[in-house]
Amino acid sequence: MIQLPCPWCGPRNVAEFRYAGEVNPRPETATTTTQQWRDYLYLRRNERGWVDESWYHSAGCRRFFRIERHTESNETR
Amino acid sequence: MVSRIGRNGSSNGHRRSLLNGSRYSAFSLVKHGLFADDWPRAWRSHDLRSSYDVIIIGGGVHGLATAYYLAENHGITNVAVLDKGYLGGGGSGRNTAILRSNYLTPEGVRFYDRSLELYRHLAADLNFNVMFSRRGHLTLAHNDASLRTMRWRAEVNKLSGIDSEVIDPAQIRELVPHLDTSDTTRYPILGALYHPPGGIIRHDAVVWGYARAADARGVHLHQKTEVTGIDVSAGRVTGVQTNRGPVSAPIVVNATAGWSTLISDMAGVRTPVQTFPLQAAVTEPVRPFLHAVVVSGTLHVYVSQTDRGELVFGASVDPFTSYSMRGSLEFVEGLASHVLELMPALSKMRLLRQWAGLCDMTPDYSPIMGRTPVEGFYLDVGWGTYGFKAGPVSGEAMAQAVATSATPEIIAAFGLDRFSDGALVGEKGAAAVGH
Repeated sequence: MIQLPCPWCGPRNVAEFRYAGEVNPRPETATTTTQQWRDYLYLRRNERGWVDESWYHSAGCRRFFRIERHTESNETR
Repeated sequence: MVSRIGRNGSSNGHRRSLLNGSRYSAFSLVKHGLFADDWPRAWRSHDLRSSYDVIIIGGGVHGLATAYYLAENHGITNVAVLDKGYLGGGGSGRNTAILRSNYLTPEGVRFYDRSLELYRHLAADLNFNVMFSRRGHLTLAHNDASLRTMRWRAEVNKLSGIDSEVIDPAQIRELVPHLDTSDTTRYPILGALYHPPGGIIRHDAVVWGYARAADARGVHLHQKTEVTGIDVSAGRVTGVQTNRGPVSAPIVVNATAGWSTLISDMAGVRTPVQTFPLQAAVTEPVRPFLHAVVVSGTLHVYVSQTDRGELVFGASVDPFTSYSMRGSLEFVEGLASHVLELMPALSKMRLLRQWAGLCDMTPDYSPIMGRTPVEGFYLDVGWGTYGFKAGPVSGEAMAQAVATSATPEIIAAFGLDRFSDGALVGEKGAAAVGH
């Protein structure tokens, strides 16, 4: 079991959250090329280590928040 | 329909091989068991050479099969398979060993059916008992949407000549009497996609069989040899760095799973892969009662009974990415409740153990195979939750791709460039249990 520290509700069981993926900035749609847009759609860093992620507290405050999680130890900071 | 690649398959199990007098047979096993002290090792250890013709990273079923078919079909034997742990310690030893070919896209169906065909006579080809048990495969539908997808899959399958049909609850009851097919459950069973050629196999035996056969043909298998870097100069791969020193080679194949992103990154090749753990569990052994493989997408579970009598349960991938292979209590609780919805009679069964493996998920639930922008660096990655059943055909096709420098037609749809061309191969409807 891992716990995530929701900034609004405090530490809660990960089962209460929905994973929204690593932070992936959206390119400027007016100037982006097709290739850049497809990279944005499909490519992820998928790093083993500390990763910036978005989570959604679906069974709690129902807010999105960002957090850093280590993808091997599942620690957060 | 199914293209025949290389020479393999034509011999259909009648290949008489070779080699240094170590052929297994009923006679040799009895004789050895009675009169010899110890069993010889099935493959050898070697010193790491300073260069090879082909380096394959990853000593699982994909890497070993690629090495075997390179030697067997193309006569390329100066090959090294490098694994950071032991052979078959990753996905090849952690999957639930289910084989089937009832996929959704014509590209997928053709590909996985070739694999099933190779599996069918693999024991004779490798002279190693891989314990393939064809017992039928049922994918249950609990709602109209999945019933529609089953019908769709059945028609695509039949067009490719694959035995696959939608059956109703009465027929399901006949095949698997222990399933709760009443209409009073939370998710009543409305029908199922029935695929008689599907089955299970002993996954360790597949790994060991390929390893032994590749070794006998001169391939070097290096365990505990971790690749720490890939040398690229002027857009060409020139070799790898390992914890046992550098090795040069004009061709490097990434046949890893779970950690494939880390290997691809070493060569500067970015792939649309995300790593998710997938958990599975096994019960104590009981007398045989379950004669088919049963899969439920709605309940995120698949069940089969091994030849030893244990029930093997698998699930869909965990809800978030991770490189951790620790199991979780939430998983066991969810799994148990889902299995009991399917088969209430199992309520007194005890789980012996649970484990996790790493799955490289791609956006379209199809693998990434073939060449990359780096000359000589090949990918055989993105195997999600369907890598084990594709082992033989992947090895055969990757060996052909490496030996001929041309992409075999059977994997043409699975190239890395499809994510920039937009020609995705949407296999989610047949590959994802959680669908």
